[in-house]
Amino acid sequence: MSNNLQILWHQGKQFIPNLTTSQVPGIFRGRPVISSTEVDLNALAALCPTNAIGTKPVSVDMGKCTFCGECAIQFPDKISFTKDYKLSATARENLIIKESDENPLLINPDEIRKEIHRVFGKSLKLRQVSAGGDNSCEMELNASNNVQFDMSRFGIEFVASPRHADGIVITGPISKNMARPLEVCYNAVPDPKVIILAGTDAISGGIFADSPALDRSFLSNHHIDLYIPGNPVHPLTFINGILDLTRRS
Amino acid sequence: MTSSETTYKIRNNQSVQLDLIPKYEYAKFRLLMIELLGKSGHHCLNYFAFKNANALQFIACIADDNNALIHLLSHEMDLDAKCTLEAITSEIPSLHLFEREIHENFGIEFNNHPWLKPVRFANNRKNKTAINDYPFYSIKSEELHEVGVGPIHAGIIEPGHFRFICNGENVLHLEIQLGWQHRGIEELFVQKKKILERTTLAENIAGDTCISHTTAFVNLWESLCNYTPDESLEFARTIASELERIAIHTGDLSAICTDIAYQMGNSVYGRLRTPIVNFFQEWGGNRLAKGLIRAGKINYPFTQILAKRLLNLLTEYEADFNEISAKLFNLPSALNRMEGIGVISNKQAITMGTVGMVARTSGLNRDIRSSHPYNLYQKLDHQPILKHSGDVYARAELRIDEIAQSISYIRKLLNNIPKFKKPENYQFVSPANTFAISLTEGWRGEICHCAITDDKGELQAYKIKDPSHHNWMALAQAVRKNEISDFPICNKSFNLSYCGHDL
Repeated sequence: MSNNLQILWHQGKQFIPNLTTSQVPGIFRGRPVISSTEVDLNALAALCPTNAIGTKPVSVDMGKCTFCGECAIQFPDKISFTKDYKLSATARENLIIKESDENPLLINPDEIRKEIHRVFGKSLKLRQVSAGGDNSCEMELNASNNVQFDMSRFGIEFVASPRHADGIVITGPISKNMARPLEVCYNAVPDPKVIILAGTDAISGGIFADSPALDRSFLSNHHIDLYIPGNPVHPLTFINGILDLTRRS
Repeated sequence: MTSSETTYKIRNNQSVQLDLIPKYEYAKFRLLMIELLGKSGHHCLNYFAFKNANALQFIACIADDNNALIHLLSHEMDLDAKCTLEAITSEIPSLHLFEREIHENFGIEFNNHPWLKPVRFANNRKNKTAINDYPFYSIKSEELHEVGVGPIHAGIIEPGHFRFICNGENVLHLEIQLGWQHRGIEELFVQKKKILERTTLAENIAGDTCISHTTAFVNLWESLCNYTPDESLEFARTIASELERIAIHTGDLSAICTDIAYQMGNSVYGRLRTPIVNFFQEWGGNRLAKGLIRAGKINYPFTQILAKRLLNLLTEYEADFNEISAKLFNLPSALNRMEGIGVISNKQAITMGTVGMVARTSGLNRDIRSSHPYNLYQKLDHQPILKHSGDVYARAELRIDEIAQSISYIRKLLNNIPKFKKPENYQFVSPANTFAISLTEGWRGEICHCAITDDKGELQAYKIKDPSHHNWMALAQAVRKNEISDFPICNKSFNLSYCGHDL
């Protein structure tokens, strides 16, 4: 039987040295790019299971997109998904990618509340609330702090109690049954605090958007500081989103 | 007349005209159910009611594991009839949750049901009890205290409420209240008409079981619409299902190590999950394989290059996996936290109707891959692995052995990679007044999807049963007489789904 040092040695180097420039393996459906090629727009829009594709102008709403890639398979000349995993935005409308938008998504520092850089720039403790989440975003948020992604190197961590937290991360479309516990949890976080929506379900309701079993009133009653798209959110998308929100570049 | 002549019998991934399912008066229906479920190798796959025109129709699907058959029988009553039915649960306790669901959704009273409480506080339920008014069991005693946990837990996990009654550190009783995650999935299946919408819904039933739930849906839809998938689709679904099993079992072992404070096990198993989920991304562009399984096609062919990558990756994985597993199972401090903790006896496993890992670790042979094979499992001649101690140790050890088994299946499948066709959209047309059923064995256990179409061929009901439906009660029973500090390790060793239960 191996001793502990041998086991450690056999793992090799696991951590990803630079989380902002690292490449994801294989195919990754990140920020979409829409060409100006002419296609049957009605057919294109009708294809999407979550109505994320708009026609005037042609656009993909990353807050609604499930990143299933079906549009890129059937209309490869019109829509493609790049490997760019930096998808976060501070304003909901910035998640809508329009025809010929090819630039990376940048967070405008003017859109960030003034106290965020000052108070959370070096340390951010988050309380996660799954409100109808399907456990895929939850697994990826857990993975954000495994030995490979090691998010806590930046002082960003998930904590057990809302009393210890600087904000909440919501996953899931917010079921009626979770609406009250979510509000109670948010109220238990001391000020100043942030609200982050992680994943398509949280941002727009995703495939559940028109379900009568949801109660999304929390979102209209509070200011959302960061939207992080994905289905589920990739750990690199999550970590880069938080860094862009809290760090001055 | 014996019960075997009184049911309509089909196999996994078959369908039947709705009116061919025999209908009985309730008293007769109840007796037939009790007789069927009393036979060896029989258990209830699904039992539900749905509105069919002006009637409330009950359908029961009983598996005969020895003969790969599914018995179907039915009962019908007037939708507005105010009547009380005699519970079947009083004779067959494993039906308790099915009857509770019928009670919650349609207001049917069941006599002599021991525990007729809300299930998931579904949006369209008849019984409008609010989720905050759940009638918890309590014992009045100065010696005892109650501990309430949740719905929001300390970690990054889904919500559920646990109410313990303890004597000092010892748990006398645990009641688990679910429903917080209810998103109305079954209604959305009926509402949404496009196949891609329904596939996306199936992927989101439980994101950690994306492959097995989506496979259950596409297998069902293809069989309902009389479409025969070619071997490449069956190959992709089988290999993806075994990869999902490896990935989640590995992650669970990491989490078990966390809960016994074994940091190295947590790190090593945790990092070993990554190459498996990253392989899903290389194949289909998503770490949890969303977007991979589609009815009648696959957008991402499995190539020779991917096969070579996977073989190399598994070789590397296996060496490090075996090394840390040998270490974990020889550490006295780890064994002490696993052996004899959270025990489910064989008798309990049968009574509660447990499925999947929870059944197999208590010596109960339940595995759809061998009893009702689908996709390529017939060819693999799957032999379920059984453990008998029913404790945390057995549930950890089973994961180790099932990972080895899955790796051997994948290697076998990779010897013969079928040719993949260019993806094309098949126009599925579902027949009128038909019932279809599909079973898969996800990493947690048995998944059952049922669909019923109306006289226009449109879906009128879609019923989903996650293995957690049966197994949550097993967790509640397992922690009795254990210290409350052992609850996290017990919970993790079951790793049940909240959203799969709440739907």
